[in-house]
Amino acid sequence: MITLEKRPEPSRFWSWATPVLAVLLTMVAGGAMFAALGKDPVEAIRTIFWDPLFGEFAFYYRGQLLVKAGPLILIAIGLSMGFRAGIWNIGAEGQYIIGAICGAALGLAFYPFDSFIVFPLMVLAGALGGFLWAMIPGILRVKFNTNEILVSLLLVYVAEFILASMALGALKNPDGAGFPGSRNFRSYPSGFNEEIIAGTGLHWGVVAAFIAVIFAYVLFARHQMGFQIKLAGQAPRAARFGGVNPSRLILFCLGMSGALAGLAGLFEVSGPAGQVSIDFNVGYGFTAIIVAFLGRLHPVGILLAGLLLALTYIGGEAAQSSLGLPAAAIQAFQGMLLFFLLAVDVLTNFRFRFGKREVV
Amino acid sequence: MDLSSINPILLVASLMVAATPIILAAIGELIVEKSGVLNLGVEGMMIVGAICGFAIAVQTGSPFVGFVAAAFGGAVLSLLFGILTQYFLSNQVATGLGLTLFGLGLSSLMGQGYIGIRPPATPRLEIPVLSDIPVLGPVLFNHDLMVYVALGLVVATWAVLKFTRAGLILRAVGENHDAAHALGYKVVRVRLMAITFGGACAGLGGAYLSLVRVPQWTEGMTAGAGWIALAIVVFGAWRPFRVLLGAYLFGGVTVLQLNLQAAGVAIPVEYLSMSPYLITIAVLVIMSSGKAKAALSAPACLGKIFHASS
Repeated sequence: MITLEKRPEPSRFWSWATPVLAVLLTMVAGGAMFAALGKDPVEAIRTIFWDPLFGEFAFYYRGQLLVKAGPLILIAIGLSMGFRAGIWNIGAEGQYIIGAICGAALGLAFYPFDSFIVFPLMVLAGALGGFLWAMIPGILRVKFNTNEILVSLLLVYVAEFILASMALGALKNPDGAGFPGSRNFRSYPSGFNEEIIAGTGLHWGVVAAFIAVIFAYVLFARHQMGFQIKLAGQAPRAARFGGVNPSRLILFCLGMSGALAGLAGLFEVSGPAGQVSIDFNVGYGFTAIIVAFLGRLHPVGILLAGLLLALTYIGGEAAQSSLGLPAAAIQAFQGMLLFFLLAVDVLTNFRFRFGKREVV
Repeated sequence: MDLSSINPILLVASLMVAATPIILAAIGELIVEKSGVLNLGVEGMMIVGAICGFAIAVQTGSPFVGFVAAAFGGAVLSLLFGILTQYFLSNQVATGLGLTLFGLGLSSLMGQGYIGIRPPATPRLEIPVLSDIPVLGPVLFNHDLMVYVALGLVVATWAVLKFTRAGLILRAVGENHDAAHALGYKVVRVRLMAITFGGACAGLGGAYLSLVRVPQWTEGMTAGAGWIALAIVVFGAWRPFRVLLGAYLFGGVTVLQLNLQAAGVAIPVEYLSMSPYLITIAVLVIMSSGKAKAALSAPACLGKIFHASS
């Protein structure tokens, strides 16, 4: 009989090895899924994980990698703070949408005013929009003890309706001949989030993501707030006796993740997406949850995990066009990754014991 | 705007239909949470149920077989959650979220060939005599079978939790798993059964959406119904009849805003459509604060990991 025995402390080796193991297991299971869909599993896996980086059209795909990884990392860094403290903001998608709307609305209000100040103001408005949207579950949690998981998630649907209303109404392009969607930022250079180095996909959002990684690293390694977050997550009782103010912690974590998600939304809408349209959001807010866990809630881990998940997006698109793999297969693949990760995580905290259990 | 075009009898009758998927999913989740497990994957199980039921109903031509398949699909998916949380001791919040993300992807993968097809119609049971009563007839006695199955489940859940030994064991496991374990109850086994039941119920609720309420298959068609079911369990303070009330409240708001849209009220469509979500949040806030504190009636071991150390 196999039994589990709790380790005295989490295994260092396994906490690094489990994400790798999970990715490998997902490749095997995903390959089986692709085979079930009638595709050659080896070719599908190669198209997703290898070709975008080293294949024939890698010069195009490599640039896309940063474009997709930027928002994922930015959002996941914010989420990881809350997740570490046991504060579950799962409505990042909504904060992302509202941040994008606020920032874009400010930029469009300035149109066609030409100044270097427009874009920084948009960035601030984006962060503020996401921050305020995340403050709704935050304040409801602190003041009324309402479950932040449910409120933040339900607000995603509300945000999507607001987005539809904005794209079809208030923010619609006045010169757009009646088509839905706002003015395109590509035709408004002051508000356009341009690639900093052409062809690399490196735009301001990616820079912000790198800054966020460093900021989060310092916060967790050196700052008292980071210590309080870790303490509240690992030993809530000790945190209470140690004088950690739970309300402050909740507001900090939710506000921070909201602001970062809002930033990600703004950088996306003013850059790669280009305009506020009904469906400019592609679910980064939800995929970022997987990124945060795959990165083991550690800033550096999240950086790597964000790149990997971005690769599955790009590879998925490539497999869609070259192999006819359905778009949903990649979504299922990403979900599978989270499952395997959670399953193998048991190795970090427990060890397997074989043989008959002793009678105490 | 023409409010007189809204027929109150039809409104209440369609309220019962709109509330049914939520009742099914919420009552399943109530059992799961009573056993001390928080499964946030309701949305994922619902949508997988929706496509399983839809696909099988289209293939066999029988909505009944479709519903059975949906319950089975939901249960299989929930077992994945069960195995991860009960044997691999993973975090329940994270696993539940994973279940939802996976379910959404899996369902759109399975539903590739089913977009734009109409499912076989689920027959209405026109209960003789009773359905001819004015007002009450169309409201209560002129629905399809699943509406009554959902109501029956609520009553059965209430009775099982209140009067039977099985209900007592379930509650014991949820309130204090260490004590239940010490008494010799199989905590993990009880929880796995509860999780499977919850999955089957969520699957049924999803299939009700795709086979009766809409009836069509579109990607992401549950549109947060699973999350609303979770909220309604909190609203109902883990009591079956209060959950029923919550589901009717939600169904009422949904149907009313749809009717207002059709009547051409001056409020933009988007704002009417978001009202059910906003009202769910408002209700959650009221229930969680002040004297009514929902947290007090939550099962004490909700979301905690059980590991028998000896």
